[in-house]
Amino acid sequence: MIDSTSLLAVMPELVLTVGGLVLLMIAAFGGDGTARLVNSLSVVTLIGAGFALLCSLAHGPDAFDGLYRADAFSVYAKALIYGAAASAILLAARFFSTDGMLRPEYPILIVFAAVGMGMMVSAGDMLTLYVGLEMNSLASYVLASFMRQDGRSSEAGLKYFVLGSLASGILLYGISLLYGFTGSTTFDGIAVALGGGVSKGALFGLVFVLAGLAFKISAVPFHMWTPDVYEGAPTPVTTFFASAPKVAAIALTVRVAIEALGPAGLDWQQIVIFVALASIIFGAVAAIGQSNIKRLMAYSSINNVGFALIGLACGTPAGVAATMSYMTIYVIMTIGAFACILQMRDADGKPVETIASLAGLSQSRKGLAAAFAIFMFSMAGIPPLFGFWAKFLVFDAAVAAGLTALAAVGIAASVIGAFYYLKIIKTIYFDEPTAAYEAKGGAVENIILTACATVIVLGYLLNPMLDQASAAAAASLF
Amino acid sequence: MDGFPILSLMMAVPMAGAIACLFVGANNARWIALIATLIDFVLGMALWANFDQSGSGAQWQFQEYAPIFGKFAWALGIDGIALMLIALTVFLMPICIGASWRAIEKRVGEYMAAFLFMEVLMIGVFAAQDLYLFYIMFEAGLIPMYLIIGIWGGADRIYASYKFFLYTLLGSVLMLIAMMWMVHEAGTTEIPALMAYNFDPAVQTLLFLAFFASFAVKMPMWPVHTWLPDAHVQAPTAGSVILAGVLLKMGGYGFIRFSLPMFPEASAQLAPLVWGLSMVAVVYTSLVALVQSDMKKLIAYSSVAHMAIVTVGLFAFNQAGIEGAMMVMLGHGLVAGALFLCVGVIYDRLHTREIARYGGLSINMPRYALLFLFFTMASVGLPGTSNFVGEFLALMGIYQASTWVALVCTTGIILGAAYMLYLYRRICYGEQVNADAAAMPDLSARELWLLAPIAAVVLWMGIYPESFLAPMRPDIVALEARLAPAAPAGDAQIKLGAPKPAGEAHHGDASAPSHSASGEAH
Repeated sequence: MIDSTSLLAVMPELVLTVGGLVLLMIAAFGGDGTARLVNSLSVVTLIGAGFALLCSLAHGPDAFDGLYRADAFSVYAKALIYGAAASAILLAARFFSTDGMLRPEYPILIVFAAVGMGMMVSAGDMLTLYVGLEMNSLASYVLASFMRQDGRSSEAGLKYFVLGSLASGILLYGISLLYGFTGSTTFDGIAVALGGGVSKGALFGLVFVLAGLAFKISAVPFHMWTPDVYEGAPTPVTTFFASAPKVAAIALTVRVAIEALGPAGLDWQQIVIFVALASIIFGAVAAIGQSNIKRLMAYSSINNVGFALIGLACGTPAGVAATMSYMTIYVIMTIGAFACILQMRDADGKPVETIASLAGLSQSRKGLAAAFAIFMFSMAGIPPLFGFWAKFLVFDAAVAAGLTALAAVGIAASVIGAFYYLKIIKTIYFDEPTAAYEAKGGAVENIILTACATVIVLGYLLNPMLDQASAAAAASLF
Repeated sequence: MDGFPILSLMMAVPMAGAIACLFVGANNARWIALIATLIDFVLGMALWANFDQSGSGAQWQFQEYAPIFGKFAWALGIDGIALMLIALTVFLMPICIGASWRAIEKRVGEYMAAFLFMEVLMIGVFAAQDLYLFYIMFEAGLIPMYLIIGIWGGADRIYASYKFFLYTLLGSVLMLIAMMWMVHEAGTTEIPALMAYNFDPAVQTLLFLAFFASFAVKMPMWPVHTWLPDAHVQAPTAGSVILAGVLLKMGGYGFIRFSLPMFPEASAQLAPLVWGLSMVAVVYTSLVALVQSDMKKLIAYSSVAHMAIVTVGLFAFNQAGIEGAMMVMLGHGLVAGALFLCVGVIYDRLHTREIARYGGLSINMPRYALLFLFFTMASVGLPGTSNFVGEFLALMGIYQASTWVALVCTTGIILGAAYMLYLYRRICYGEQVNADAAAMPDLSARELWLLAPIAAVVLWMGIYPESFLAPMRPDIVALEARLAPAAPAGDAQIKLGAPKPAGEAHHGDASAPSHSASGEAH
C-alpha cells in the first residue's frame, strides 16, 4: 500500500520522469529543431532532481515498505549520477552538431537512464533493482547505437544489447534462486534468511547475482563487451557509460553485497577479491597495446572498477566509504579525460580517436595538453593529483580491514597501469608534432575540463568534506 | 621568527614562480626562475641563521601544523638533518637554473616551471612532518623529473624516462602500504611520534623491507641502481645536477628519518644485507665506472659507489658513521653536481659525452681544467675537501661495527681515485688529438660563477666541517641513542684510550674516539 509520504522519498525520480515526459512531448511536436532547447532543459531537470534529493533526505531511509531506500547512500550516489549525466549532455552538443546528428532524443534518453539509475541505487528489493537496471540498460542500448548511419555505433548497440540481456538473464536467475532458498526478495528478508546459514542453493544464487552485477560494472571476467561498446558508441555516449552508469552499478553492487548478502560476507568476499584483482591486472595489461583512445579508456575503466571493488572487499564501513569516494574522484577524472578526448579533432573539425594523433599536442595546444597530462597522471595514481587519494583510500581501508596482502598486490599492479597512462603523456609531451588539431576547443568542453582539472589538482582541500559525506553514506548501509 | 611559516613560504615562492613561468616568454621565464630560486636561497640561509643548533632547544623547529586534508595534515618542521638537506637544495637550485640559461632553448617556460615545481617538492620532502605528506611529496617528484628527462633529454630519453618513472614508482608503492599499516597501528601520522613508537620487532622486518625497497631504489643501491646511469646520461645537465645533488639524497634521508629510528631492531637484523649490497656496490660500480667511455655514465656509476659509502655509514649504528653518511651526502651533492656541470660545460661546446672526443683541454681551457681537477680531487676524497670528511667519518664508523666491511669499502676510495684520475687524464691531459676540442673557448663568466660557489663550499666543508656538523649533531646523537639498544656488537673491539697530556701523546689524534680506525681508513 502506498502512503503519500513515500512519494516525497521518490521526488528525484518523479522530477526526472515528469521532466523527461514533458521533454519528450516537446521533442515529438517540435522536431529536431528543439534539440538545443531540450538539451538545456534536460540539464535543468537533472539539476532539479538534484535539489529534490533534499526531499529524499528529509523523508528518511525507507519508503514503500522497504522496496525503496532514500538513505544517505542513495543520495550520495544520485548526486554523483545526476552530475555525471548532466556533464554527458553538456559535452554532447558540439559533437553531434558537427555530424548533423543533434537530436533531442539524446538528452531525453539520458534523463530516462538517470531515472533507472536512481532506482538502482535506491533499490531495497531485488525486483526494484531489476526494474531500475533494465530501465537504465534499455536507454543505454539505444544510446550506444545513436549514430544510426555509423556501422560501428550500430554494432556497439547490438553487442551491448545481446550481452546485456544475457547478463540480465543471469542476474534474474540468481534472484530467483535467492528467492527460492530464502523466501524473500527484499534485501532485509534475504539478509535475515542468510543470517541463519547459507544453503547451497542460496550460494548459487549469490554467485549468479554477483556475476550479473559484475557484467554491469564491467569487471573481469565479464568485461568483454566494454572495449567494443566504448569504442563504437559516439564519444559523448562513451563519456556517459564510463561515468554515471558505472557509479550506479557499483553503488548497487555495494548495496546488494552489504544489505542483502551481508551475512554471507565470507562467501562473497573471495569472489570480490578475485574480481577486483583480475580487473586491475587484466585492465592494465590489456590497455598497453591499445592504439584507440576510447578503447584504452574502456580498459582503464575496467582497471578502475577493480580498485573500487577493493573497498567493497573489505566489507567495512570504511571500505564502502572508500569505494564511494573512489567513484567520485573517478567520475571527475573520467569526465575531464573525455572532455579532452572530445577535443581531439583534426583541422576540419572531424573527431580523431587514435593515440598517435596526440603526438606533439603540448606544442600546439598547451592548455589541453596540460589538462590531458593531469588526468592521465591522476588516473595512474601519482600524487599530488587527486587520483592518488582515491587509490589511497581503498588501500587504506583494505589495510585497516586486515587485507594487507590484497592491498600490496593491488598497489603493485597499479604500476602496470601507470605504464599506459605514461604512454599517452609521452605521446603528448615527448613526440614530435604530427598533423595539428583544430586550434580551439568548444567553450563548454573547456569549462568542464578546467573545472575537473582544478578539482584534480586542488582536491585535497575537499578531503574533510568528502570524508564526511562518504562516511555518512556508508554508515547508512550498516 | 616565531610562528612565521617560513617553510611554507619557501615552498610557495617557487610554486608561484612555476605557475608564472608557464605563461611568459623564454627570457622572462629564465629571470623569474632565477629570482625565485635566489629568494629561496636567501630564505634558506635565514632558516639556517635562525635555527637553534645548541641542542638544548627543541629537536623540531619552525613547526607548522594545519589539519586541512582530513586523514593527514599540512605538518612541516625541520631538525638539523633536514635543515642541511634543504640548504643543499636551495643552494643548488639557482646554479641549475644558471646552467640551463643557454643550454635549454626550446619550451623554456615549461622547463623552468618543472624545475621550480621540483624545488617545491624537494623542500617538501625534507620538511614534511606528516607521513602521508612526505609520501605525496616524495612520489610527486616523479612527475617533473619524468618530464625533464623526457622532453629535454638526449637521444634515448624516452626509454630513460620510462625506466626512471616505473622503477622508482614500483619501489615506492609498497612503502605506502607499510605506512598505512603503521598509521593504523600507532594511531598517528606524525613522523616525530612514529619515530618514538616501538613497533613489534616481528613486523618491523616486513615494514623495513617495504621502506627499503623504496629507498634502495632511490638511493640507488646495487642491484637496483640500473635506472640511474640511464637517467643521468639522458637528462639535461641541470637535470643530472639535481638528480645527483638532491634526489638521490632522498633515499639516504629516508633511511635516517624512517628506517633507522622507526625500525631499529629490523635495521640491526638486516644490517648485514645492507652492508653486503654496499660492499658489492663500492667495488663493482667502481670497476664499471673504470671502463666507461661516456663521461656522464662514469660519474653516474661513481655516484652509486659513493652512495654505498653513505649506506654503510648509516648502518654503522654509531655517531661517527651517521655523521659521516650525512657529510658524504652533502659533499657528494655538491661534488657530483659540480662534475655534471663540468661535463655540461664541454658538452655544450662539442655536443658529445664521448671521452675519446676530448683530450688536452688543459692547454686551451686552463681555468676549466683547474676547476675540473679540483672537483675530481674532491670526488676522490682528497683531505681538505668535503668528501674526505664524510668518507673518513663513515668508514671510521663502520669499522666499529664490522672491520671487514670497512676494509672492502675503503678499496672504493682507491678505485675512486683510479677512475676519476683516469677520466681527468683522458679529458684534460695528453695530446690535443681532436681539432674541434682543441678550439673550444675557456669558461665564460657565467660558467665560472656557477662552479666557483660550489668550489668555495666544498673547501669550506673540507676545512671546517663543524659548521655543517653542528646543526645535525643533536639529532644524530638522539638517533644513536634510539638505536643503541638494538645496535649489533662490532667486531673491532675498540678500546677507548684515556686522553693524555699533550707532552706524552705520541701523535696528535689522541682525542679521536677510535685510534685504530684512522690508520685503516686512509
